[in-house]
Amino acid sequence: MNVLDFLITPAEACKRTGPHDQIVFSSRVRLARNLKGLPFPGHAKKADRLKAFEALMPAVAGLPQMGAAPFAEAMDKLSAMDKQLLVERHLISREHAAKNAGSGFVLNQEETVCVMVNEEDHLRMQALRPGLQLKQAWLAIDAVDSSLQERVEVAYADRYGFLTACPTNLGTGIRVSAMLHLPGLVLAEQINQIIQAVNKLGLAVRGLYGEGTEALGNIFQVSNQMTLGESESDIVERLDKVLLQIIEHEQNARLKQVAEKPKVVFNHIGRAYGVLSQSHSISSKETMNLLSLLRLGVDLGMFAPTPKSLVDELFLCSQPAHLQIGHPEKLDAEARDAFRADLLRQRMKAVPGPDHTKVASKPE
Amino acid sequence: MRCQVCNKAAATVHLTQIVENQIKKVDLCEACAKEKGVNDPTGFSLADLLLGLGAAQKMEEATTATGAEVVCPDCGFTQADFKKSGRLGCSKCYEVFADGLDALLKGMHKGTQHKGKVPPAVRRTADVRAKLTKIESDLKAAIAREDFEQAAALRDALKVAKNAEQEA
Repeated sequence: MNVLDFLITPAEACKRTGPHDQIVFSSRVRLARNLKGLPFPGHAKKADRLKAFEALMPAVAGLPQMGAAPFAEAMDKLSAMDKQLLVERHLISREHAAKNAGSGFVLNQEETVCVMVNEEDHLRMQALRPGLQLKQAWLAIDAVDSSLQERVEVAYADRYGFLTACPTNLGTGIRVSAMLHLPGLVLAEQINQIIQAVNKLGLAVRGLYGEGTEALGNIFQVSNQMTLGESESDIVERLDKVLLQIIEHEQNARLKQVAEKPKVVFNHIGRAYGVLSQSHSISSKETMNLLSLLRLGVDLGMFAPTPKSLVDELFLCSQPAHLQIGHPEKLDAEARDAFRADLLRQRMKAVPGPDHTKVASKPE
Repeated sequence: MRCQVCNKAAATVHLTQIVENQIKKVDLCEACAKEKGVNDPTGFSLADLLLGLGAAQKMEEATTATGAEVVCPDCGFTQADFKKSGRLGCSKCYEVFADGLDALLKGMHKGTQHKGKVPPAVRRTADVRAKLTKIESDLKAAIAREDFEQAAALRDALKVAKNAEQEA
């Protein structure tokens, strides 16, 4: 099956809404599980990896929670571009994109539940929700996990809980995370303080594509690090509390920047609009950073009636694999930069010029 | 004091961090401190650091104390493998390397006892067992106070519960 045919369009994907979605793009809860009696994928011989793959793919795809006709494919059947598309949609990890025979991927039609088979663990199951909905995501993936455990026996010990390849995931195997847009805190130069405070609480702050990636476009991922010695709901609740605080700080930072340094804020946003709508070659990195400012402008009301879903769609469509869609020949970086600029000029026609007078009358 | 990363140079950088009321300490030489980004407070997390190196270190201490190198009988994983990858080989490894692991987990997590979800099948067996124990003690009590009517009822209940256990 073709990944592109299965996936919902970026336009549709970005129209989904959830609580606090001005600041929180999405909420995710991931569970790591392994089959009883088989070595973990990283240390397994090919035969054992295949055994796990063959047991798990049909078991996962047949779960009631995966709905009718889920996408289920072996990683070696996917092209490099398909894999990159899935990474850009945050449906698989970059590590998983590098996998081939013996690894697999299952996704439901709604794109709310996805499962990686034979990544670092036999199973990495994830539920996604738009906006801040950690608890809902946890309940969804908990249900998937419970029904799967009726079909396969997983590695579990009373003392250590669910056994994982890396001791950092031991116990609950849970990673609760949210993707946040924090341009206000970055402009106010408060972001490092926030990151440090969050780190002190035992939580991790990462860039757009997880571990070791840059925070492009003022987008940050916050997640738990500890998985043992605490229940899943405690972990979810703690992260939820911290996120609500970060949201409040971000809202205050935005209000404060607009009140104290309106020229700086409007200048950034106005220039971003100019470059995005007039360039003929633009890199992915620059695009992300400018789109972040455009989204801030939309949130402030400067581009009414432009919906923020349009900006989110551009975030997605300007990524390398998404740009490659419709081009049979492989685009090099230079060609991509030109196509990206073409796309942006075209789509920015629907966005009226920035109007800073609309801001003061419309605080959040 | 030697550096905990390279185990060669003298440790000159000593870090202490308190995470959730647990004190974590790490000793590094200057070169390793630089490499791990210790000078940059934003990019540095003691937990990450401890997890990358303290783990292997502690396992080594635990295993060398007993002499020979420990190898997992199920998957052939060794502590050298762990040192290299930071991952374990299979479920059995958690028993084989338990001595060193505990110290590592203490530094990494909130506790060393799982407090989260229990697999449905494990929970069911536990429930059935708890029920059995309860009936058995009730039965003993009934016999002790010579309430034979009650005892007979409990004996029947015990039979049903035992069958259920075998099925579960």
